Amino acid sequence: MPDINNVIAKYSSASDLIPALQEIQEAFGYLSEENMEALSHKIKVPLAQISGVATFYSMFRLKPLGKHNIAICRGTACHVHDSETLLKSAEKKLNIKAGEITSDGMISLTSVNCIGACAKAPAIMVDGKVYGNLDDKKLTKIIEDLRKQG
Amino acid sequence: MKHLEEVADIQKGHEALNQDRITVGLATCGISAGADKTLEKLHEKGLLIPIETVGCAGMCHAEPIVTVRQNGVFSIYGHVTEDKVDMLVAAINENRVCQELFLGHALEEIDYYKKQKRLLMSNCGRINPLSIEQYISAGGYAGLINTLKKKPEEVTTEVLASGLRGRGGAGFPTGKKWQLIRQQPGKRMLVCNGDEGDPGAFMNRVTMESDPFRLIEGMTIAAYAIESEEAIIYTRAEYPLAIKTLQEALKIAEEKNLLGKDILGVKGFNLKIRIMKGAGAFVCGEETALIRSVMGFRGQPRFKPPFPAQSGIYGRPTNINNVSTLSLVAVIMSMGASEFAKIGTEKSKGTAMICLAGKVKRTGVVEVPIGISIRELVFDIGGGVVEGTKFKAVQAGGPAGGCISEQYLDTPLDYESLQALGAIMGSGGMIVLNDQACMVDVAKYFMTFTSGESCGKCTPCREGTTRMLEILDKITKGLGTNEDLDMLKILCNYVKENSLCGLGQAAPNPVLSTLKQFEHEYRVHIDKKECPSHACKNLLTYTITDKCIGCGNCTRHCPVNAISGKLKEKHVIDHDKCVRCGACFEACAFDAIERK
Repeated sequence: MPDINNVIAKYSSASDLIPALQEIQEAFGYLSEENMEALSHKIKVPLAQISGVATFYSMFRLKPLGKHNIAICRGTACHVHDSETLLKSAEKKLNIKAGEITSDGMISLTSVNCIGACAKAPAIMVDGKVYGNLDDKKLTKIIEDLRKQG
Repeated sequence: MKHLEEVADIQKGHEALNQDRITVGLATCGISAGADKTLEKLHEKGLLIPIETVGCAGMCHAEPIVTVRQNGVFSIYGHVTEDKVDMLVAAINENRVCQELFLGHALEEIDYYKKQKRLLMSNCGRINPLSIEQYISAGGYAGLINTLKKKPEEVTTEVLASGLRGRGGAGFPTGKKWQLIRQQPGKRMLVCNGDEGDPGAFMNRVTMESDPFRLIEGMTIAAYAIESEEAIIYTRAEYPLAIKTLQEALKIAEEKNLLGKDILGVKGFNLKIRIMKGAGAFVCGEETALIRSVMGFRGQPRFKPPFPAQSGIYGRPTNINNVSTLSLVAVIMSMGASEFAKIGTEKSKGTAMICLAGKVKRTGVVEVPIGISIRELVFDIGGGVVEGTKFKAVQAGGPAGGCISEQYLDTPLDYESLQALGAIMGSGGMIVLNDQACMVDVAKYFMTFTSGESCGKCTPCREGTTRMLEILDKITKGLGTNEDLDMLKILCNYVKENSLCGLGQAAPNPVLSTLKQFEHEYRVHIDKKECPSHACKNLLTYTITDKCIGCGNCTRHCPVNAISGKLKEKHVIDHDKCVRCGACFEACAFDAIERK
């Protein structure tokens, strides 16, 4: 586990708030209360304001993700290609709802607004990699592969 | 002023572009189709021709794209997945064209490109995005050289004369915007708005991934014109490849003195560009919200005036332009304002990048002269709707835009014509809808988006979008009444007129435009409790009829295990479990599943 003081060492002013939160999330996977408090002391911004920013932007998470994360795109082109069913099917396969994480902590599921892979709709992003023209079969395979990978 | 020959080894760029070589398109779309594996496999083959990675040519439907220049003969290949590499390499070794994968000897030979006019995209898929040599060799930085021969106010006048209008959506004349900020005293800031949050639009991602130096050159010209020494590229964190590419490109430009102090040896011309990653808020596309976000606050807009040009980031005069707008500035300063103004219509000049997606055969990013008809765009370029279905409408402009139905297909693509139909140019996202799309569902989809993205600051938008969504949800579930429809219309007008920023003011557009052209669909949902397009899942029931022979095929296709039955006996669908996806309906070979 990285040291929070090292992670936020280079940030010093209120305008650094968003980049600092991004870096904390990258290092720890999410924004814990303790880490936000440490940042509050470092850049002299009240914790309430940090909390306000952390809950405003959809990218910030207050809970950790799974070891692997599946993000289902809910952009327009994906919607037209019935990504809603894909999302429901993923929820069923993983036995969790969007925004949750499997009980073994292995896989989390999120729904995102648009990953910009509209021409490959429906698309999903798994651990930062885009998979396009998805169907139920491909989704099953991806989940199986993630489980095998461990 | 330095010559470009002193800046970079252009000869090397010339050689790379003209010598025998193989290229693989490695932008986001390509990678999602497996181009990274194709590249790996090509490398394993030990070919004598050098292999290079390039960006995205916009032909997303045919990815992975590989081009081969062999003995001076240039060929473009599509759908070159990993398993096709052997076939392609065999053809290369025999010095012949691989017919199975062949698309054309030049882009212009391919139907998809015949009606395109590629100014902004001329390098996309052609050059290595991070080779400054190739960029300059392909004509890059000629715009900046021309710029530095003029005074800043002359550059502003030239951009004004080109007729360039902002490509972010509103269409404000760029030169005019620059003139306004030039009147403001103080240290000016330049911001490139790359917060492409509009679902269905990804042209800025393509520019940043495939031709980053064009954007950097455009920003350098803009900074010279408005006399700013500090610039920010605000872009989406969801575009990791674009961010990485831009970061490296900025570093290269600094090393070559194309950024930094005394750029190209011009005393006192300094510019520093940094990247700010957005954190996922659609409203940050709004200028005043973006400014708050850059300063580390919640991205909530404020009243105007003061306009950003008067008081922006930390109270400094701030000029915000879109990625395409700034990249086009580089094109204009290279080709000249009068040449640029020859393209397009009387009021809208130049070209526009459009993202074609949805139920269209050829998806991807295209660049067309403004004024081309929607019909040409969807049918000649996009190849029409997917096989076996009928065209219904084009959704233009995303959550702030509207639909264009079949009767308006000959409308020219320009700011005014689209606005007259209740749609907008927006950033250029076009989603093609076929007869399987329900217009009420489309309106509900966008309202779900905007109500979720409403920042909550002003009541008309925060409450209005929520209430409109409730009504649309009721209608798609067959619970809507005529009073609901009346209330929906009242709310639309109220939210449009009273919201604080563009997000709220435009939020009702998808509802208004579908109501205008497809009110009968709303009526059927309300009067008959039916969805004519079979898209509203709550209004559908699937039942298995006596035609069922018990093959069990539907059971295997059901994603939620809602179908049960013994082999060779009639199966049954559990309606509580069923998610009404229609997978069984598609899978059944005996027409034994009924959809109502």
